[in-house]
Amino acid sequence: MTPAEAAGQMPDQSPDTILYLDGVTVSFDGFMALNNLSLYVLAGELRAIIGPNGAGKTTMMDVVTGKTRPDRGKVLFNGITDLTRMDEARIANLGIGRKFQKPTVFEHHTVFDNLELALAGGRDVFQSLLFKLSGAQSDRIDEVMEIIALEEARFAEAGSLSHGQKQWLEIGMLLMQEPDLLLVDEPAAGMTDAETEQTAILLKRIAGDHSVVVVEHDMEFVRALDCRVTVLHEGRVLAEGSLEKVQNDETVIEVYLGR
Amino acid sequence: MGPISSRLIAMESKRSWAAILTLAVIAIFVVPILNLAVPEGSLFHIPTFWVTTLGKYLAFAILALSLDLIWGYAGILSLGHGAFFGLGGYAMGMYMMRQVGERGVYGNPDLPDFMVFLNWDSVPWYWLGFDQFWFAAVMVLAVPGALGFVFGWLAFRSRITGVYFSIISQAMVYAFMLAFFRNDMGFGGNNGLTDFKDLLGFNLQTDGTRVGLFIASAVALGLAYVLCRYIISSRLGRVLVAVRDAESRTRFLGYRVEYYQLFVFTISAMLAGIAGALYVPQVGIINPSEFTPANSIEIVIWVAIGGRGSLYGAALGAVLVNYAKSYFTGALPELWLFALGALFILSTIFLPKGIVGTLPAFNAGAGARAFAARIIGRVRQNLGGAP
Repeated sequence: MTPAEAAGQMPDQSPDTILYLDGVTVSFDGFMALNNLSLYVLAGELRAIIGPNGAGKTTMMDVVTGKTRPDRGKVLFNGITDLTRMDEARIANLGIGRKFQKPTVFEHHTVFDNLELALAGGRDVFQSLLFKLSGAQSDRIDEVMEIIALEEARFAEAGSLSHGQKQWLEIGMLLMQEPDLLLVDEPAAGMTDAETEQTAILLKRIAGDHSVVVVEHDMEFVRALDCRVTVLHEGRVLAEGSLEKVQNDETVIEVYLGR
Repeated sequence: MGPISSRLIAMESKRSWAAILTLAVIAIFVVPILNLAVPEGSLFHIPTFWVTTLGKYLAFAILALSLDLIWGYAGILSLGHGAFFGLGGYAMGMYMMRQVGERGVYGNPDLPDFMVFLNWDSVPWYWLGFDQFWFAAVMVLAVPGALGFVFGWLAFRSRITGVYFSIISQAMVYAFMLAFFRNDMGFGGNNGLTDFKDLLGFNLQTDGTRVGLFIASAVALGLAYVLCRYIISSRLGRVLVAVRDAESRTRFLGYRVEYYQLFVFTISAMLAGIAGALYVPQVGIINPSEFTPANSIEIVIWVAIGGRGSLYGAALGAVLVNYAKSYFTGALPELWLFALGALFILSTIFLPKGIVGTLPAFNAGAGARAFAARIIGRVRQNLGGAP
């Protein structure tokens, strides 16, 4: 427990809370996808979110990124900005990047163009019409290409990349956005063991400069991330702490193994 | 050199620019000389009928470009593009109608014939200004542009895309057809606008005017091509392709997808309007049949056959299909619709990238063999897998 929690204070005013969800409820035709969910993430933190299918992990990301509006509850970014009233584009431009579960890149664009489109900066129609890549921006693309190990595939169409490479490209696109917070949905799904390992290293490298929230099923991968873990179940937080602690939690064991 | 002009030069390869300029020289110099200066009866003479027919094809090519810009690149399939084409055509028709003046059947200097026939005593307010060419020219762009903007704004803001958008656009053009069929709409009803005499003072029946319209169509097509190429080779064009391929990814990158769709849809509507305005003086009539849903679907077929997502493919498709149409409706009129249907089905199955998308494969020989193998494979499959 953090001191703030121990003192019974809500951490929303703390300068190092980047994401703060309080009492968020989402229902779809009577099904409670999120049920009074409260959760916060610190700046620079790497956080793993696990939970069985239907626990509300993806819905939580939808709420934070503006795809779904909650029925009730508060979602604050950097302690002050209320995200529940904004659309996807606005939230993205505030500095929240999202990686989908299924790798989603622009298949008919080259790796370079994918990164260029994600480049932070003007998103206006007419800015785009007259856009010209600067030297600094080009260097930044090269830099990210090196981080995600795709220099060799610079001018390859993204559609021709392997599954794992597409996942990395998508993470690279998030980096180009220079977000403060990255939401990453099951990055290791469908990856080989070697790719999974490299992905964990990549995410750990990214955290620190950015806050990263990873939703994951794969326990080996979560172990490799070596970070604080939140367990969701039926739309609310079931347990939180180190992986060891959560894995030994009676209620967590019951949810995962029982029933 | 400014950033725009240097981008213009860089956006096409040297070979492409050479091809464009060659076509321009043929259109602006060779065709007019072969029509006007080479005597009739000579082997090299091009009859005026063919000049006008070619001019009509070029107008259709502009229309195909406008559809390819939104469908091929932005993934917006409009089945109602005939509405913008028709409105551009009506705007030009209204100007030419008012130029008729006393030369109409009823000899009324102010009122077009059909208004005299309806016992109207003055032109309705929306016909005001159309006695001026500049006003009509502005309306050729403004009316389709405004319709495209409002229609697109309503649709894209509500995130209506895909097949739903296609159906609504089809309904829109159908509504236009029903409205323009009504006599009291003031656009000549069933008969539309026709019996034009001249344009900017040039008699529409003379060879010179017809060649002039052909050149205007060719120049407009060239400029439309350059504009479309400029758009799709910009970052905006890459965003459009991104929207086409992964819309929500584009949104989560921070792009306001609906603004991009609205921009390109409005440009496309204006291009279609220009195509209509060039088409009407060359065929001499505009009537509500331009708004029939089948006409709008035909545009889609041109683009699909020529090569969706390739600008010159779209233009080529429009010219080739319309040439085939001219041939069939002359030789075997009752077969044309079957031929068109067959063309569409065959090109969807065997040429999913259109003629242009398949040409390089044909050139390679290996591609042709692969193509033949695919046809044989499909035929076998359809026969139930018998060897």
